[in-house]
Amino acid sequence: MQLALFWIFSLLMLLFAAGVVLLRNPVSSAMSLVMSFVALAAVFVTLDAYFIAVVQVLVYAGAVMVLFLFIIMLLDLREEKSRRVRLSAWVGGGLVVGGFVSALVQVVSSLPGADSTKPAVSNPEANDVALVGFALFRDFNFPFQIIGVLLLVATVGVVLLSRKELK
Amino acid sequence: MPTLAHYLIVSGLLFSIGLAGVLLRRNILIIFMGLELMLNAANLSLVAFSRFNLLSDGMPNYNGQVLVFFIITVAAAEVAVGLAIIVALFRAKQTTHVEDLTTLKF
Repeated sequence: MQLALFWIFSLLMLLFAAGVVLLRNPVSSAMSLVMSFVALAAVFVTLDAYFIAVVQVLVYAGAVMVLFLFIIMLLDLREEKSRRVRLSAWVGGGLVVGGFVSALVQVVSSLPGADSTKPAVSNPEANDVALVGFALFRDFNFPFQIIGVLLLVATVGVVLLSRKELK
Repeated sequence: MPTLAHYLIVSGLLFSIGLAGVLLRRNILIIFMGLELMLNAANLSLVAFSRFNLLSDGMPNYNGQVLVFFIITVAAAEVAVGLAIIVALFRAKQTTHVEDLTTLKF
């Protein structure tokens, strides 16, 4: 059952991710990316990471993708005219990606413990959000504050960047 | 039951699809989407490692999930800044095609 769900959602995720790369229309690419993120959230659920799954849907499939679609509509991007395809670029890209995949398969197959199935947790009823929250606010309080400052800097930067005339 | 290798291979495939998008597409927005896919692939392997390597009390290692939380936050900030730069670029050059943006080319 778990295995079937894992395969369904990871194949959906990979299929829609391939759609992002292959589709010509930027809006179709963005919608495909939304579906890929939602399927990835389902894969997180098969790993019992409920909090991360919810954050994935809220932040990625919600906020980030709305921003993407908003910008695509704002710039009024049409379907790309198919320009002449540079064969060397495709061969080079394919070689890099293929080399990466084959290296990855080799590393994963030689990784000790890679064929272990999911170990049972001691307390399956534990509150996932509370445990992540404890780790976040007790052990990672300082990085959490830094992230807050980073978001502030990003907000100020975006406001500055989108002014009419850049000084 | 899926094993750790399943998750790592799927995460690696997602990463390589994102990498292919960055390398092969010429629209700067699609390149940006490829970057997001690559970040998500890293998140997937982090969560998988956190679930498969239980701590001594028999619970998942939540430090990995906290790192994923930080990555998602940084990615959201990155998308906001990146899209603002793309809009500024579009205002100046009227294009999102990377081959038309050669001002910085040496």
